[in-house]
Amino acid sequence: MGPEPLDDAVVADVRAARRQAVSVAFATGLYGVSFGALSVAAGLDTAQTMALSLLMFSGGSQFAAIGVLGAGGAAGAAIATAGLLGARNGLYGPQVSPLLGVHGVRRLLAAQLTIDESTAVATVHPPGPAARAGFWWTGVGVFVLWNSFTLLGALLGNTLGDPRRYGLDAAAAAAFLALVWPRLGDSLARTVAAAAVVVALATTPLLPAGVPVLLAAVVAIVAGALAPPAVAPTTAPTTSPTNARPAPTSDEREDA
Amino acid sequence: MSDTTLWVAVLAGSAVVFVLKLVGHLVPEHWLAQPRVARTAALVTVALLSALVAVQAATSGSELVADARLPALAVAAVALVLRAPFIVVVVLAALTAALLRALGMP
Repeated sequence: MGPEPLDDAVVADVRAARRQAVSVAFATGLYGVSFGALSVAAGLDTAQTMALSLLMFSGGSQFAAIGVLGAGGAAGAAIATAGLLGARNGLYGPQVSPLLGVHGVRRLLAAQLTIDESTAVATVHPPGPAARAGFWWTGVGVFVLWNSFTLLGALLGNTLGDPRRYGLDAAAAAAFLALVWPRLGDSLARTVAAAAVVVALATTPLLPAGVPVLLAAVVAIVAGALAPPAVAPTTAPTTSPTNARPAPTSDEREDA
Repeated sequence: MSDTTLWVAVLAGSAVVFVLKLVGHLVPEHWLAQPRVARTAALVTVALLSALVAVQAATSGSELVADARLPALAVAAVALVLRAPFIVVVVLAALTAALLRALGMP
């Protein structure tokens, strides 16, 4: 918290931000179980799985990395796919950086915690103490719970044996579907999604594993370049777990 | 896949993702504020995730495959329409595939 005196309204805002942060952190952290289990099912060991959650710390990128590696894709394809999916975090920086005003080591820490959820919670609160509380509580909360639940999932996954028997391969597909679902709001996004599916499936028999997925990104880049600029940009972060999307109105109403 | 390859992918991939996050905190805001940049980034996310759905649900190695994963994905889609939380969607898909396979579906 900053040194400035806090009046009652600000205190209430900060409380609302913290409460929201905790609920988002639990919802997001919980599905770390599925990441951990799917990662070991994809052939990574527990240490590699934990390294992804601690160091990469971006759900979409992590699921993509294990998806490409599990399908037999090369390291380069996994790195490229994870990086492309992580690019949106780079777009969150300019939104949260002015809210936080931190430098040095704390800026590095803030960068690592800049994900869908922390950005979403920070930006729905008024700039100032509430926005900062929203960012840090969500970022740290998701980090701690996401990593704890990843470990639990990896340990569970190791004891399960054949992942197909438990439908974990289908769970991986469902995880990607749930991640993309909230992003399909406009018709351009739905068209790009359909084209990406067609491109990926059509080229799978022809190209090395991992490349069809990257090729689908080209579809999006072409669509982004060609589509009329009138379409509203979708810069607002969409929290990955579909129901963890911050709903400040319902949360804050009790304080109003 | 060798252990070294996996570690290279994990560590280099993590470094790339971190640098992207950091760049967002360091570059002047107006560089990334262009609507076309933001929209293209959003579409790239949609395309990659959609392609991953397809590859994860309907391929095996370099072959197209239709097996228990497809009905499981359909169940996941219904759960999403009903606004089920992420973890419920994933578990329902796993249970569907596991059940169908126990019944003899490939």
